[in-house]
Amino acid sequence: MRGYLLRRLLQAVVVLWAAFTVSFVVLYLLPGDSLSIRLGGLEGTATPAQIDAVRAEYGLDDPLYLQYAHALGDALGGDLGRSAQTGAPVVRTIADALPQTLALTGCAMVLAVLGGGAVALAATFTRVRALRQVLLSLPAIGISMPGFWVGLLLVQVVSFQWGLLPAMGNEGFESLVLPAITMALPAGAMIAQVLAKSLTTELAEPYVETARAKGAGRVRIHLRHALRNASLPALTLAAVVAGNLLMESVVVETVFSRAGVGRLTAAAVDTQDLAVVQGVVLLAAVVFVVVALVVDLLYPLLDPRVGRTV
Amino acid sequence: MTTATGFGARVVPAARGHAWFVVRRPGLLLSLVVLALVLLAAVFPTLLADGDPLVGTPRERLQGPSGAHLFGTDQLGRDLFTRVVHGSSLSLRATVVAVAVALVVGGGLGLVAGFVGGWLDAVLMRTVDVVQAIPRLLLSLALVSALGFGTTKVAIAVGVASVASFARVMRAEVLRVRSSVYVEAARASGVRSGAILTRHVLPNASGPVFVLAALEFGVAILSVSALSFLGFGAPPPTPEWGVLIADGRGFVATAWWLTTFPGLVIAATVLSANRVSRALDGERRRER
Repeated sequence: MRGYLLRRLLQAVVVLWAAFTVSFVVLYLLPGDSLSIRLGGLEGTATPAQIDAVRAEYGLDDPLYLQYAHALGDALGGDLGRSAQTGAPVVRTIADALPQTLALTGCAMVLAVLGGGAVALAATFTRVRALRQVLLSLPAIGISMPGFWVGLLLVQVVSFQWGLLPAMGNEGFESLVLPAITMALPAGAMIAQVLAKSLTTELAEPYVETARAKGAGRVRIHLRHALRNASLPALTLAAVVAGNLLMESVVVETVFSRAGVGRLTAAAVDTQDLAVVQGVVLLAAVVFVVVALVVDLLYPLLDPRVGRTV
Repeated sequence: MTTATGFGARVVPAARGHAWFVVRRPGLLLSLVVLALVLLAAVFPTLLADGDPLVGTPRERLQGPSGAHLFGTDQLGRDLFTRVVHGSSLSLRATVVAVAVALVVGGGLGLVAGFVGGWLDAVLMRTVDVVQAIPRLLLSLALVSALGFGTTKVAIAVGVASVASFARVMRAEVLRVRSSVYVEAARASGVRSGAILTRHVLPNASGPVFVLAALEFGVAILSVSALSFLGFGAPPPTPEWGVLIADGRGFVATAWWLTTFPGLVIAATVLSANRVSRALDGERRRER
């Protein structure tokens, strides 16, 4: 087990390094002059001497491999550079915005799992054909709706027509509800789709027949036997779903005017603040790696057969 | 299907079969109609709405949906239906560019990786693994911040973000086809690798990639409109679906139609595209 853990940790480090490298290549090597971005549109008024000074300060005169080595060395020490917009360290900027977004993402994840799971369970449990058809078509509809539109519709109806929940802001739990629902919709639809499919497969397995022959009720078979096995394929999606949820915050936080990583990302893209964008890319990679690792560690607990082969 | 009789006797049974397949599925039929309308709006916008999408009558500002203005009017008195119809050309063009970029670049990389193999394959596929660890929307955003703003750049960014999944599917198919008997036979009879690639591998491996492209269509519409909504696409006066919703955002409390209708059009288009691609996928699977 310890060897396995070590190997997985090493893999995680390699993925993070590769994500750093890919984002470095994408952000700093593409056409688009990083110098003029760092000057913040002042290149028209700056004297050649000033431009040279900025070049030297950021190490832009160095050959590329040196720039890369420098950036990588700094990143290893926990320094991802400074925001071109505010001048604050990128790591701190993101860390400050993170709690808000994590709370939102967490709520959305819970909603998505509960909602998606409920739809999948109901669709495979019911014997009414029409209801089954309706329930099975819900995920397809959920996936097809633009998140920002759903958010605006919710604001329109719940906040303005019914006057129930705040339309924007970060204050209190109430302001969390609408954004969380908006965010949970595509993720929940994805979970429902995968879970319904694997539940259908599992319910056709011989062990279900056996359980029925031994006198287990439908609910018991559904929840204790089929769901446990069917949740494994859905669980492998968790890392992708978590990453997508996190990034859905870019749209959702903009719609609901909330502070957080999403707003920060949108603003950074808007001002072409490349250091912050790279920081967010690394954050997403960390989330992916961590969730994938946790899922891998949970797997043997859910399915004892997996543990033996490790 | 009366028009099918003109195609020649050999095609008719197949066409009739397709028509029957569609007619028996009302949802699919409706999806095809929606897509046809969107396509019509994109190619001949004046057929559906003959007004000017950029000019409005200030006297008729912020009017709700009515017979004269199907989707209502915006804060400058511009007819929203006209703007949605004229916007579909830009939205659709961006989507097609995105899917084409993903298909050509991703398919090309997958083809090379699968066909050449060895270290090149290893390097390409490990890169694909890493790229897939980053959420697509974020990848598009990162590319946009490096490339700059504008509808075409947004489209390219959305397409590049999907390259990884196309490369993966294409490579898997190439590996399957490469080990088949007819490729072995071609190689044994002295056909050069370039010819094997274009004559044998590419046509037989591209099916699932095209199905993926059909599925990608809906995803690309959503991504392009999301990035436009965030303000990285077309500049404001241009009608584009995502931009229209962003414009209407300021009037959520007073003019519900400004956000509701463009969003409904996006949702209907994506839903239809997904339904049609699912049918294509299913048909292919049954043929095998």
